[in-house]
Amino acid sequence: MESQGESFDALIVGGGLAGLAAAYTMAAEGLEVLLLERGDYCGAKNVTGGRIYINPVRELFPELWKKAPLERPIVHEEVCLMGRKSSITMRYDGAELKAEPYQSYSLLRGKFDKWLAREAERKGAMIVTKSRVDALIIEDGRVKGVMAGGEELRADVVVAADGVLSFTARQAGLQKPIDSKNYALGFKEIIELDPEIIEDRFNLNGNEGAARLFMGDATAGKFGGGFIYTNQSSLSLGMVVGVDALTENPDIKAPDLLDRFRERPELARLIKGGETVEYSAHLIPEGGFKAMGELWGDGILVAGDAAGFSMNIGVTVRGMEYALASGYYAARAVIQAKQKNDFTRAGLAIYADLLNESFVMKDFINFKESLEVLDYPRLFKHYPELAGSIMKDLYQVPDGPKDKIYATLKKYLTMSEIGGLLKLGRRMMKI
Amino acid sequence: MSEAMGLKGKLGLNVFKEDKAFHISIKNGCEKDARLKKAIYACPAGLYSENENGEVVLSGDGCLECGNCFVACGSEVLEWRYPSGGSGVQFRFG
Repeated sequence: MESQGESFDALIVGGGLAGLAAAYTMAAEGLEVLLLERGDYCGAKNVTGGRIYINPVRELFPELWKKAPLERPIVHEEVCLMGRKSSITMRYDGAELKAEPYQSYSLLRGKFDKWLAREAERKGAMIVTKSRVDALIIEDGRVKGVMAGGEELRADVVVAADGVLSFTARQAGLQKPIDSKNYALGFKEIIELDPEIIEDRFNLNGNEGAARLFMGDATAGKFGGGFIYTNQSSLSLGMVVGVDALTENPDIKAPDLLDRFRERPELARLIKGGETVEYSAHLIPEGGFKAMGELWGDGILVAGDAAGFSMNIGVTVRGMEYALASGYYAARAVIQAKQKNDFTRAGLAIYADLLNESFVMKDFINFKESLEVLDYPRLFKHYPELAGSIMKDLYQVPDGPKDKIYATLKKYLTMSEIGGLLKLGRRMMKI
Repeated sequence: MSEAMGLKGKLGLNVFKEDKAFHISIKNGCEKDARLKKAIYACPAGLYSENENGEVVLSGDGCLECGNCFVACGSEVLEWRYPSGGSGVQFRFG
């Protein structure tokens, strides 16, 4: 009566990186796992900027990385400060970036997640696509399974890996109320270009890749930044902007903001002749440690974006490594809970221990002030403009005598400006 | 083309599968709510606009399912769920 239909060791809601990592790891240990994905295939609803940093998760999935369908290793890092009519680009090349194993790769989730799903299936996980989970089954305060398409599915434990909005973790009462200041919108275009053209325009050798980030006028001075990542035969061009930055003092609609960015001369040259083939968007939970809810409960674990495991620390916006790692640790916790046959909140508490010992929670605690420090209008409006103005005067040879360099610097770096920079320095000390 | 192709054109590149009913709706009586106006600026697919009566209207074509409107406006003004399994946008690249 209680279990009409099948019962599983674990039900996983969502076939993104957290869910797939959990399915892969549990199935490899012989657990009976069912993963439900609402898209036509795993990856169909997922979006990255993006790039993935492999180092922190390399050892968790030792068999995977050699065959993973990654795009290009990122061996050149560029950051561009954009003023309204100026820009300063800094390019970092380091021997360590060019050395194997590479620390990061560009990737496309449509390809990557689909592949990871097949790998999880090869380990024995069962994956059902086109299946939306409508609700959790909760009995006596304990999660017992899910309802999907009118069907009742039961398991010892449910892993909520259903992404940034996580309606399942919310139903279980594990989430804090949504506060828009803790979220950012990422949206981008995929622009196809010949590999040779990409390599030529970004100064790349062969399969090398580049990442370029843009601050300042890229987002019309709004909290966020633009990006380009080189894929094998396409570019990911887009931006991440705070939700509040889009809606407070609204002056430009999100889609127009992206068009404005891609029409900048610095970008127009890079994408010339390319063909846009997809336009996508996704929310990023960047509130960090302070915005996190409960990570587990009776019969339920929360992983990936659903748990709030994304982080914005300026030149790196990360999430996928945390998704993979939290899915992995969720699986390890379930495996241990199964040995004791205890899936209560106490039995699953090992999940928190594993996360606390790993880079995941260490990063989130170290960077818990990050969002508040970075959400500082002067960083996105004033300083990129100021830097451009100084460069303009330094480079300019006027028709009359040129100002002394010190006089030029003094004109811009007034006492109050220096005071402001010191204040900014103090803010930055928190991260 | 790399030249700006207009939002409609861009959305037209995506693979969409129609659902039985659109998965987002404006709650009754909230059409003029100030919170809802945020969606006009927040939606990357430009699905929200204001009509001549000052009401916010929602188009059901081309939703990217990001949830930005839900986060920006809140559950008091919007009824929001994901499309049923196998419907809605299907990203090929993502």
